[in-house]
Amino acid sequence: MTERQFAGALAIAVIGMLAAIGLPLSSEPAMALYGRPLPLTATLAAAALFAAAGLLPPVWSIAAGFAGVVIGCAMSLDLLGDPAIAGNAAFGFWLPVLATWLAAGLCVTRLANLRPRDNAVARTVNLAIPLLFGAMVIYLWEVAVRGFGVPAVLMPSPGATAVRFVHSLPMLWADFVQTFILGMLTGYVIGCGAGFMVALIAHRYRFLGQGLLPIGNFVSALPIVGIAPIMVMWFGFDWPSKAAVVAIITFFPMLVNTLAGLAAAGHIERDLMRSYGAGHAQTLGKLYLPAAMPFIFNALKINSTLAFIGAIVAEFFGTPTQGIGFRISIEAGRMALDVVWAEITLAAIAGMAFYGIVALAERATTFWHPSYRT
Amino acid sequence: MADKVTDVKADPAVRRLAVDVRDVSLTFETADGKVNALANVQLQIAEGEFVSFIGPSGCGKTTLLRLIADLEQPTSGTLLVNGVTAGEARLERAYGYVFQAPALYPWRTIEKNVMLPLEVMGFSDSERRERAKRYLALVNLSGFERKFPWQLSGGMQQRASIARALSFDPALLLMDEPFGALDEIVRDHLNEQLLRLWDKTNKTVVFVTHSIPEAVFLSTKIVVMSPRPGRIIDIIDCEFPRDRTLEIRETPEFIKIAQRVRNGLRAGHSYDE
Repeated sequence: MTERQFAGALAIAVIGMLAAIGLPLSSEPAMALYGRPLPLTATLAAAALFAAAGLLPPVWSIAAGFAGVVIGCAMSLDLLGDPAIAGNAAFGFWLPVLATWLAAGLCVTRLANLRPRDNAVARTVNLAIPLLFGAMVIYLWEVAVRGFGVPAVLMPSPGATAVRFVHSLPMLWADFVQTFILGMLTGYVIGCGAGFMVALIAHRYRFLGQGLLPIGNFVSALPIVGIAPIMVMWFGFDWPSKAAVVAIITFFPMLVNTLAGLAAAGHIERDLMRSYGAGHAQTLGKLYLPAAMPFIFNALKINSTLAFIGAIVAEFFGTPTQGIGFRISIEAGRMALDVVWAEITLAAIAGMAFYGIVALAERATTFWHPSYRT
Repeated sequence: MADKVTDVKADPAVRRLAVDVRDVSLTFETADGKVNALANVQLQIAEGEFVSFIGPSGCGKTTLLRLIADLEQPTSGTLLVNGVTAGEARLERAYGYVFQAPALYPWRTIEKNVMLPLEVMGFSDSERRERAKRYLALVNLSGFERKFPWQLSGGMQQRASIARALSFDPALLLMDEPFGALDEIVRDHLNEQLLRLWDKTNKTVVFVTHSIPEAVFLSTKIVVMSPRPGRIIDIIDCEFPRDRTLEIRETPEFIKIAQRVRNGLRAGHSYDE
């Protein structure tokens, strides 16, 4: 985007902010912006900052732009506190929202085009862009739900979900321990560990591999909704049955990926170990396993999401009175959708954090792989 | 044959044989039938020699080297390395092998790559460090210890792989077209370095190449091979001083030997296929 286009687009945002001052905020009788001193000041300030962003050099323009965006967001969220506006928002309300959205998009684009030379700054910018994007999505979600008055049963606002989340922390923690730590992590460790060990054996004794692979394949093809009730019969209502389900679904991806990884070492690399008269254990430790690491981490990443889904779904088939899956099925039946959304938020955060940890461990161990080399 | 080996030992004037290949043949079973990779190969390499195998592709020169290294097993015949079978020699860590590609492990630093055979063979930690330092200095790679292989040029990687092959001080060095992928200037330079190294350490070197100047420049003995089936058609002695330099390539003797190698290759190569 050229400097001119950027300034022109920001001018549209400024006009949008200023035009809203005289327009009705609500379809119900309500004072427009010019009669509300604080929102009016905020609107004018945001418009001034957007105008400044269009004129200043890049770094300052981004700072001014985001300051305006923050003020614009705060202003519209504040207006939604007025019961006359929430649910009945009109053009005077939506115009600043759209203008703020436009300005935020422009500033993020400019931030992404900055390409700073300093590594630390570049890393901060690369982290900031998705965070700003996510924050904007949550803001628009919040404003849309409250502005249009969407019933909470259909779609609660992020703010209401956050309030519910904070107020239910003890319950969420108990659910997290039950589902994530007891059910999922236990099963994940057992399933991945077993898949890995069987892969080592199948790699060492080829005939065993030929026998084990079809069995593993068969087990992995079993549908989770089919095995979950059976596991509940075998291991009881508590977490061991969930861990069993998770272990079953994580076993095969680990087995197949590890086997592929153990076969990834090249011929020359193998001949090299042979020329040193290295035994199988030494060749395994110094060649096969390091070469298999990218494959093993692939399985760990695939399994981190599979396991979580498995642990949650397995709770739909009988569970003690806690757990993420249990809570979702019960509270959805009671129309307490804010609790369901709080649980979904918990699951998303936990799942992302777990995946992130696995991915970080991957970067640390397989830095040498062509896809990561710097 | 056992008494033959004792004969050699009894006569101090004759150097011990590093490699003794007697009537060795190797047949591969492939999907299209049998392939005679090597037929009735006879070759004796004394300790301290620098022997080159030269020939067109498919003549079995790499296969012969792999047989000496016990990376393949002959279908028939006897192959002794240092007076024992190739398999025993491998387990005694009798040779260092330099492959066509550097084959450095990308997850190890250059230093750790050189230490790899030392770790396998159970050298102490301080010994490993000391040797890695010494042999990296020998191939002019001091200061690159902490680098990863993919951060180095192809020539440097191949030098590191030579340091790795030398690190446990094997008396026999097997090199399979080690400089084949490098440009000619780097190659000349590494050839000279290799000669200095051989002169200094008195190792036995078996060197596979398809370059005639390289073979004549480096060798004390050139083994000319021919394909289908792989066999030796000429063994040429090459009597240049051990401390030869690149200048000898302009001398009439050098050109004469190169000519003989070329004639041998031409005679063994049938163009009617």
